[in-house]
Amino acid sequence: MKPSVRPEVSKGNQAVSGEWPLWEVFVRSKAGLDHKHCGSLHAPDAKAAIQLARDVYTRRQEGTSIWVVKSDQITASDPGDKDMYFDPMADKVYRHPTFYELPESVNHM
Amino acid sequence: MTQSIVIKPNADAQYVLRLADTCLIWSHRLSEWCGHAPVLEEDIALANQALDLLGQARALLTRAGQIDGQGFDEDQLAYLRDEGDFVNVTLAELPNGMNGQRDFAFTVLRNFVLSSWALLIWQHLASSRNTELAAIAGKAAKEARYHREHAADWVIRLGDGSDESARRMAAALERLWPTTHELFDSDEVDHAAASSGLGPAWSVLREAWLADVEAVFVEATLALPPKSAYRSEAKRGVHTEHMGRLLAEMQTLQRSYPGGMW
Repeated sequence: MKPSVRPEVSKGNQAVSGEWPLWEVFVRSKAGLDHKHCGSLHAPDAKAAIQLARDVYTRRQEGTSIWVVKSDQITASDPGDKDMYFDPMADKVYRHPTFYELPESVNHM
Repeated sequence: MTQSIVIKPNADAQYVLRLADTCLIWSHRLSEWCGHAPVLEEDIALANQALDLLGQARALLTRAGQIDGQGFDEDQLAYLRDEGDFVNVTLAELPNGMNGQRDFAFTVLRNFVLSSWALLIWQHLASSRNTELAAIAGKAAKEARYHREHAADWVIRLGDGSDESARRMAAALERLWPTTHELFDSDEVDHAAASSGLGPAWSVLREAWLADVEAVFVEATLALPPKSAYRSEAKRGVHTEHMGRLLAEMQTLQRSYPGGMW
């Protein structure tokens, strides 16, 4: 998947006054791997967020591609719902594919 | 204090030194922002650019020393020359703001104007007959392209931003514009470089540079200042009053502890 947005530079007051919005940064370390969340930063617009992510998170050759998304665009599960959402999975070992007999020639499943 | 070196470079060495010193002094100015930028993210961005420019300066100083042939290395050229032997452009040595105040508007405008110019030089130098210089240029062009883009975006955001940011960008433009003449003012050093195939006479860069900055200024709603009769000449060793203090700070360690390393 590839984001299709071509970022524009923001103008007018939005770019320079008040608190800059927070962005989440995802970096792909090399072709074929997925983008991994690596942190967040403040930036006035999407283009600046990509540039600053480049300067903050890829200065030691960590990346070949960057995604940024405004933090307030992410909907997150509520930490208070952790018991209900995730604890019931603890005793469902049969959901792991570990009960099949594999032929010897398949080494790395 | 360690004795200064005296260098009387030939035209080719002088041509490379002008670029090397511009990168070095510009890098030093940017390094002064470290820990002081308006936001943490931009602090890192400016420091990254300072380090890119320092890397370019090191490669060019080494090359200038080789072309000159007196055996000076990058450290001697950076730390042991006196003010009159530095040949950076004036725009690189101006302080980071005006009236003693650090100013982000002035800094990003200088970064844009100079990196737009530097990008053109590197693109030309990539086909220099001096293959080492061509290799340095090939690498530096990628860095300059990012510096230019990052700075141009800031010029647009601040120029077409709030009343305060627009006012400060206009003041910065008025301050630095007269020194841009020097970036395209060819002399015998340029003519020698152009005829030997070392690199372009700086005057040939003017048209492309002006088209680039004018397009960005239009988007930033910044008006070009009128033509000025002012001529700066730091690239011929005649510096502003700011250069002495810059060198005192930059050179003090090597002057006090010769060959000091860590």
